Amino acid sequence: MLDFPRWKTISICISLLLGILFAIPTFLPQKTFDQLPGFAQMKVNLGLDLAGGSHLLLEADIADLNKTQLSNMEKTVRVSMRGETGPDDDIAIGDFKASGSTISFLVRDQNQLDDARDRLFRETAGAGLTGQRDWQIEIVDTTRIVMTLTASGRDQAVDRAMETAREIIDKRVNELGTREPTIIREGSDRIVVQVPGLQDPKALKDLLGRTARLEFRMVDPNGTVGAGGPVNVPIGSEFVPYAPNEGNGAPGEILSRQVMISGDQLIDARQDFNQQQLPAVSIRFDSAGSNTFARVTGANVNKRFAMVLDGQVLSAPTINEAILGGQAQISGSFTVQTANELAIALRSGSLPVKLDVVEERTVTPELGKDSIEKGAVAGIIATVSVLVLMLVVYGRFGVYANIALAFNVFLIIAIMAFFNATLTLPGIAGFVLTIGAAVDANVLINERIREELKRGRRVFQAVELGYSEASRAIFDANVTNVIAAALMFWFGTGPIKGFAVVLTIGIVTSVFTAVTVTRMFVAHWLRTARPTTINI
Amino acid sequence: MRLLKLVPDDTNIDFLRWRKLASFMSFFLVAVSIALVAVKGLNLGVDFVGGQSVRVEFTQAMPPIDEIREKVGEIGLGEATIQQFGSDKAVSIRTALPEGDKAVAERAGQQLVSGIQKAFPTAKTGSVETVSGKVSGELLRTGAISLALAILGISIYIWIRFEWQFGVGALGRLFHEVALTFGLFAVTQMQFDLNSVAALLTIVGYSLNDTIVVYDRIRENLKKYRKMEIIPLLNLSINETLSRTVMTTVAMLLALGVLLIFGPDVIFGFTAAMLFGVFIGGYSSVLMSTPVLVWLKVGPDSFVPRTSAGIMGGERVERKDDGAVV
Repeated sequence: MLDFPRWKTISICISLLLGILFAIPTFLPQKTFDQLPGFAQMKVNLGLDLAGGSHLLLEADIADLNKTQLSNMEKTVRVSMRGETGPDDDIAIGDFKASGSTISFLVRDQNQLDDARDRLFRETAGAGLTGQRDWQIEIVDTTRIVMTLTASGRDQAVDRAMETAREIIDKRVNELGTREPTIIREGSDRIVVQVPGLQDPKALKDLLGRTARLEFRMVDPNGTVGAGGPVNVPIGSEFVPYAPNEGNGAPGEILSRQVMISGDQLIDARQDFNQQQLPAVSIRFDSAGSNTFARVTGANVNKRFAMVLDGQVLSAPTINEAILGGQAQISGSFTVQTANELAIALRSGSLPVKLDVVEERTVTPELGKDSIEKGAVAGIIATVSVLVLMLVVYGRFGVYANIALAFNVFLIIAIMAFFNATLTLPGIAGFVLTIGAAVDANVLINERIREELKRGRRVFQAVELGYSEASRAIFDANVTNVIAAALMFWFGTGPIKGFAVVLTIGIVTSVFTAVTVTRMFVAHWLRTARPTTINI
Repeated sequence: MRLLKLVPDDTNIDFLRWRKLASFMSFFLVAVSIALVAVKGLNLGVDFVGGQSVRVEFTQAMPPIDEIREKVGEIGLGEATIQQFGSDKAVSIRTALPEGDKAVAERAGQQLVSGIQKAFPTAKTGSVETVSGKVSGELLRTGAISLALAILGISIYIWIRFEWQFGVGALGRLFHEVALTFGLFAVTQMQFDLNSVAALLTIVGYSLNDTIVVYDRIRENLKKYRKMEIIPLLNLSINETLSRTVMTTVAMLLALGVLLIFGPDVIFGFTAAMLFGVFIGGYSSVLMSTPVLVWLKVGPDSFVPRTSAGIMGGERVERKDDGAVV
């Protein structure tokens, strides 16, 4: 007990000092904090339930993605069956069918079957690590080709779509001008968006839920639409409904399936006003897009084209002359806010997959502030009560335990700041609980010392035994806590993860301060004062 | 300075004398808790049943709950569950989400907030939570799994560190505490949500501290007093650690009690559950987890490695392996 090596004392003091140093920036006002050098800018983050803000869980509509994949493959099939060298090279196909995750079609000339299959094989790619390809090609009844989307092909598509979606969401949230948003993928088909300090999550939700797939397509002059819906839909065209409040009562338009130009070719989109001074969105195409736009509009003067957003027609103006310069204006019944949202969505690109909000948790900054204040008050009162209790029960040894407890508080904050951990409301509860539980180790040790003294052991020996015999139970007890905390971290959402983090850090630091640090104090005291009796 | 002793020196209470009564009480309380959960049910929050929950804070005097219920009913989103927690100025209003179309669900969320703001213009909506049925199902499942894993994992750890009897004792005790806490949620109809599961996990982790301390002492005494009969030995172990059990329980109750009274009312249920758990824990570490060891016939042999018994010497070989030390 008495031989407490110098290197040990020094390293304990250094770690306590570092703990206090790392904890300080968290308590500084934001202004002072910003002036600190970069390496010192470490502080405990506040969770959304304390800082206020929104937590949104977005889930991809996988069925929708599959449908897109199937229709894209149909387009690929049609293009690749058209010969590269001219009409002689064409493979005639028909009876196209699509259902579930398969598409199938008839090859009219049986001699071309192998050629057709080879051409399609070039369009498929390896997916995953199993050597499987994304599409499986089979010949059925010697006339039909059946293409099936494989599981790994689907997973790969979902993975790519989610990665793109994450990047786009990232852009959109940043465009809203929020500070420090968190956007991470969760599982295979989900994205978590956390935006601190936001008052109204509605705008955010509207923005994130919007696919923003913009297409310019020609109106088919041969198609006719009645009041109730499509009347005559020529081959190669389809009926597309108007967006709510658009179209002056017409249900929709018959549009060519072919997309003249799409939102992928945008380089800019801004909220603007049209000639009637109503909010609109001005867009600019890149050079390839501008050329296409000029060429197609030039060739179709006096015909109409439609602006289609997410499968709904916004407007279908008549082309008066070739539109040069790659500029266009999208009008519809916008407010300044909705026009601005659309502009942001268009600028950041269209989502490859539809996303739905499946979980939302919003806390206003006022409620968060209230929680911090009450939590801090409760934390301080709880700490002081425990300190007083320890003092009246254990005297000098209680003082040592209390100093250790104070260090423990600093160390928890320091470690959380160092790892940039997040403090949540349950985390505050975890903090208070840790205060109550941290003294347990000292209680164990001190009670053991009392017992050993009662058994008639001399002071040094009693203290020595108190520390060594209690350590075993302290260790076992803390392992069970870590097991519980680990499971909480595994299953919990943000706030509970925060609780588990505080709990785990608290367990580790409290063992250090309650056992090692108090031991240092006690050893020093015994060595210098050499008491023959102790009051414990 | 005279120091305060929560438990007088030389306390020697025959706890084991009450073991039958205590066990009966425990079984009875567990049965009552299970019955309560079965009959009254748990007041599951949106985390586990899906739906939307809005926290409304009234700046002036709060209208009666019935009036709130009536006005929320007029919004047309079905029956609302209204719950007051901790503070007398804030309630949580919960409604189900319409089935089917996700867009409908989204609209309903906005409808509830704007409806409340229209009905109570001075009230503030502090937080909004919307959880879809799919997500709530997953949360319920992982919550249940993690609770079961925690109980099992900790019991297995005790089994490895001690002996199987101790593992069984820990398992029984944890089950007992979790069941009683569920009973508390059923009686009070406090909202049971993700935080409640976190509270349960914390109870599971912390309440075992007591058990481990007592078990550790039993193990030590079993080695020390090889000839002592098991019941006096268990009594001795409990009494020796009693002051520590009381002191730690008091410290935890103090800290959590302060949090319950002065802390944010948002986590009132969370704190209440933990406080209850610590309280029950104090009782069951003394009167519940130790008697189990009598029935499972723990004896000095429990900690003698079987292989070495033959080599080490006569005394232990003579001892019959029927564990009949009682």
